[in-house]
Amino acid sequence: MPAASPLLRYVLRRADDALILGHRLSEWCGHAPMMEEDMALANMGLDLLGQARALYTYAGEVEGVGRNEDDFAYRRIERDYENLLLTEQPNGDFAHTMLRQFLYAAFAYPYWQAMMTSPDATLAAIAAKSEKEMAYHLRHSAEWMLRLGDGTAESHRRLAAALEILWPTTGELFTTDEGEQALIAQAIATDPESVRPQWTATVTQTLTQATIEIPAKAWMHTGGRQGRHSEAFGHLLTELQYVQRLIPNATW
Amino acid sequence: MYTQALNQQPESAPREADNAEAAARFQARIDAEERIEANDWMPEAYRRTLTRQISQHAHSEIVGMLPEGNWITRAPSLRRKAALLAKVQDECGHGLYLYAAAETLGTSREELVDQLLSGRAKYSSIFNYPTLTWADMGAIGWLVDGAAIMNQIPLCRCSYGPYARAMIRVCKEESFHQRQGYEIMLTLCRGNAEQKAMAQDALNRFWWPCLMMFGPPDTQSQHSDMSMRWKIKRFSNDELRQKFINATVPQAEILGLTLPDPELKQIDGVWHHGPIDWDEFHRVIAGGGPCNRERLAARRRAHDEGAWVREAAAAFAAKRAPKNQTEKQAA
Repeated sequence: MPAASPLLRYVLRRADDALILGHRLSEWCGHAPMMEEDMALANMGLDLLGQARALYTYAGEVEGVGRNEDDFAYRRIERDYENLLLTEQPNGDFAHTMLRQFLYAAFAYPYWQAMMTSPDATLAAIAAKSEKEMAYHLRHSAEWMLRLGDGTAESHRRLAAALEILWPTTGELFTTDEGEQALIAQAIATDPESVRPQWTATVTQTLTQATIEIPAKAWMHTGGRQGRHSEAFGHLLTELQYVQRLIPNATW
Repeated sequence: MYTQALNQQPESAPREADNAEAAARFQARIDAEERIEANDWMPEAYRRTLTRQISQHAHSEIVGMLPEGNWITRAPSLRRKAALLAKVQDECGHGLYLYAAAETLGTSREELVDQLLSGRAKYSSIFNYPTLTWADMGAIGWLVDGAAIMNQIPLCRCSYGPYARAMIRVCKEESFHQRQGYEIMLTLCRGNAEQKAMAQDALNRFWWPCLMMFGPPDTQSQHSDMSMRWKIKRFSNDELRQKFINATVPQAEILGLTLPDPELKQIDGVWHHGPIDWDEFHRVIAGGGPCNRERLAARRRAHDEGAWVREAAAAFAAKRAPKNQTEKQAA
């Protein structure tokens, strides 16, 4: 396989973010703290799976060698997935899952909003759909930040503990590489750094209101965007790809 | 959040139960095919029967999320994954909808869920069987949802309005699920030998438990007579089972699959099945099915592990409540 073009790599990275986070949310189905949350977690998971499908399909068009959404989602090896480390973090407890959703949505909502003006018509259309969905994810998860942070002592402790673990994965939200910089220069892609002020404001305001202290300084982990994942990621793929690997080249 | 106002017991029966005149008026309304609504007078036994039936139905939807939820993370394509997640989400929605219908009869969702978790309430026996392969998602959609539809279509005309109306919406979604399941089976049966064998195996395991979903034979059914009189139930267990078999046999033929019943034969256009293992049915209902323990344990775990989340939401609401009230007064 020849080296991926910057555009292909860009699209696959966003598709991987959506697939992996959507997959994580789908793991909750049937096990949420209340039925209303079972509905909401499934809803958000479905939104992200929908985004992943649109992006993978577009990646297939960009690549032009006939790969479809399932080829990308199911038939690559671990190192070929370039999703953010944040999106692959295990669910943990409800505070952990909802915080992960909040940190991601606080970024993805303004990011997709900015992407709506991309001259790439497909990306602009996907952005328009994703922006609406991420606005809901942000609203829902931010509501939970307040309830958990300013609820009971236990919920406060759990949310604070989750932030300690997830915070170091947030720096990667704003990283780019040479290929993406070229797309940014052509205005095809939005510079993630440009949404950092909005992300910081949303996160700071919400967590402050939730009486949760933001870690002052932390070493930021990167690697997801280069296919260097956490150990948990291989187990996620093992499950995701199981049937496709069991009986290869079949129609499902 | 759970409805607190409904936590009290329904009004005790004595004041009204002996009211023969009211009972006669009630039965006349039923006979005239009128809908009974939440605030209408109804015999306590009618209320109890419906509360039991609707809550069992709700429990079945919620427990029923587990066997299919078992395959969401392993669904073999993105299309199947999204469809399965949406389907299980629908079941949760049905559960919520049905608990709300049951609440109109005066028992809170909290109390009903407690009955499930403590093992006092029953749910459909079918969900105590394990889902072992991807083909089980096809078999469940095709057969389990197919059987559920047979049961539920007549419930759209149930005498109790809130239940009947809930069923109209539920049936529409179930019918979609059934077609989705059949399409999974069709894809497997048109696939390679391994896929077809997987489909046949799923059919073999789910066929008999699906026939049991309609309940014991009419000669042994405990609740049927009154339910028929009250027009909660319109067809007997055996009648519904027969309809299901008649509809399913030709569908299996199209798939090229063999129903696991060597005695199945058609006489004068009606399919006659071999003996159903009712001992197995009673064993599964009584808690001895392959997954009874796991299913209840999973529901209890979700409930217990979610307690701190519900407590946090309640504590937050309580903190905000006085402020809201002050604002309202000021306005």
